[in-house]
Amino acid sequence: MASLPAVLKSEWTKIRTVSSTTWTLACALIVTVAISAALCALMRSQFDDLKPAEKLTFDPTFISFSGMILGQLAMVVFGVLVVGTEYSSGMIRSSLAAVPRRGTFLFAKLTVATLLALVVGMATSFLSFFLGQALLGPHRTTIGEPNVLRAVVGAGLYMALIALFSMGVATMLRSSMLSLGILMPFFFLISQILSAVPGAKNVARYFPDRAGSQIMQVVPDAMNSDPAPYGPWGGLGIMVLWVIAALAGGYLVLRKRDA
Amino acid sequence: MIELEGLTKRYGSKVAVDHLSFQVKPGVVTGFLGPNGAGKSTTMRMLLDLDNPTSGTVRIDGRHYRELAEPLKYIGALLDAKAMHGGRTAYNNLLCLAESNRIPAARVSEVLDTVGLSAVAKKKAKGFSLGMGQRLGIASALLGDPEILMFDEPVNGLDPEGIHWIRNLMKQLAGEGRTIFVSSHLMSEMALTADHLIVIGQGRLLADTSMADFIRQNSRSFVRLRSPQWERLLDVLNQNSVPFLQTGDGAIEIDNGRIEALGELAARHQLVLHELSGQQASLEEAFMQMTAGSVEYHAHGATTPGGPPPPPDRGAGRQAPNWGAHDQGRGV
Repeated sequence: MASLPAVLKSEWTKIRTVSSTTWTLACALIVTVAISAALCALMRSQFDDLKPAEKLTFDPTFISFSGMILGQLAMVVFGVLVVGTEYSSGMIRSSLAAVPRRGTFLFAKLTVATLLALVVGMATSFLSFFLGQALLGPHRTTIGEPNVLRAVVGAGLYMALIALFSMGVATMLRSSMLSLGILMPFFFLISQILSAVPGAKNVARYFPDRAGSQIMQVVPDAMNSDPAPYGPWGGLGIMVLWVIAALAGGYLVLRKRDA
Repeated sequence: MIELEGLTKRYGSKVAVDHLSFQVKPGVVTGFLGPNGAGKSTTMRMLLDLDNPTSGTVRIDGRHYRELAEPLKYIGALLDAKAMHGGRTAYNNLLCLAESNRIPAARVSEVLDTVGLSAVAKKKAKGFSLGMGQRLGIASALLGDPEILMFDEPVNGLDPEGIHWIRNLMKQLAGEGRTIFVSSHLMSEMALTADHLIVIGQGRLLADTSMADFIRQNSRSFVRLRSPQWERLLDVLNQNSVPFLQTGDGAIEIDNGRIEALGELAARHQLVLHELSGQQASLEEAFMQMTAGSVEYHAHGATTPGGPPPPPDRGAGRQAPNWGAHDQGRGV
């Protein structure tokens, strides 16, 4: 049995010695914070034009994470590349020859990458929150208000889970291009569009990103949206189930298929 | 010591590796020879537990690969020169492999020096030529200072100086008592490096023999005769009970014949000769005939029309050579 600390160290070396790690994670942070800040500033100037129902359910916390719809795509790229480049470069054969236990290999890789994604995700959510609140002016909330800290920490968790889900999918599909070709349109288009279509709405709210983002809301049904059949933690739980399914699928593929 | 027992790999209905059983012993270079597509790389991938065998087992020093705690310290392999991340430097590519098996970082610089890549250690691997990639792969195989080394077509892409270097490296490693298992599709390459030979064709074992035996059994010497008076020449040979073979191009070959005796015989019967020469069949030719046999066995039955080596018409009582103990795969 290979020593787990040694394999963790090796995976950390792998992740810190490729440039894609830096640019995907930097992208996730900058895009999320910048777009959230822009939307918060816009909201401040347009607040008086909101409908009364929207004013009533105005969620200053949730609005300061609105850049995550785009920023999460960089997290998807990060997660996919961490796993996918092993296959596209052929490194997977050297890696598995060095660490033949598939479980140890996958666990170490995902642990290191997810911890890194979590750190960047937390930094992103806290930065987004504080910058957003500063720009919201009179409409702002504070971290001490009920449920606000839960939403901010939840947003960081959400980012890490998106990355982990992508790693699971990439392990299953064993290709960066294929994984990105499925995940990017899914998160950016399909999930967004379906949740606006009346009939599909009820299905779409169980998608990982839809369900998971519930944790970022402080006001239930923020901005007069349809009430969700689950609470913030219930939503995150649904997302975790998606992640577990992707990881289980990935592990089975890694175990059964020839490298 | 590597032991294979009934190792088989099927892809759907196609059998890539067919009940291979052999051992690779320490202290010698064992050549693994077969034409392209014979199943050499598939076999090597199964040795490293990268591909799952359909049936059969492989043991490394008596254990399954997955049971090896730090496998790089037991067995090092060069499978594919491109099995490295192009965006990472040569040094870092080796470092992450070393760390996973608790091999000190100093060893990384050491093996880079051994393969002559110290100068480009900090360069990204994607800029490497095929030969440099090959050297980097060899460096990764040497990382754990393993007792068993496996190289899949190591001379591919190397320049003459590199080929010379890898030959000497393999001999030196075998001299230190290590097990060296090296594949090639070139008999001439094996003749220079290998002490023992394992030949496969279509996934089946064709020969498992020492290099010396292989050479002794397959380096046929014969005398080649050509004459415009072909029919009379055959009569004369038959009258004197000289066994001969007719080749496709109108020449006659006499195994182990003496040039002098044959020349005098022709003179006595006043035969005009256009050629009278001593010949030595190459090992490459012996290898091609051996593997063509396995193709023949599977694909056509008796003959290979237009097959790669034009097989001479082995008419007059030529002995079937004995390739060694394991000749169940031969279809001749």
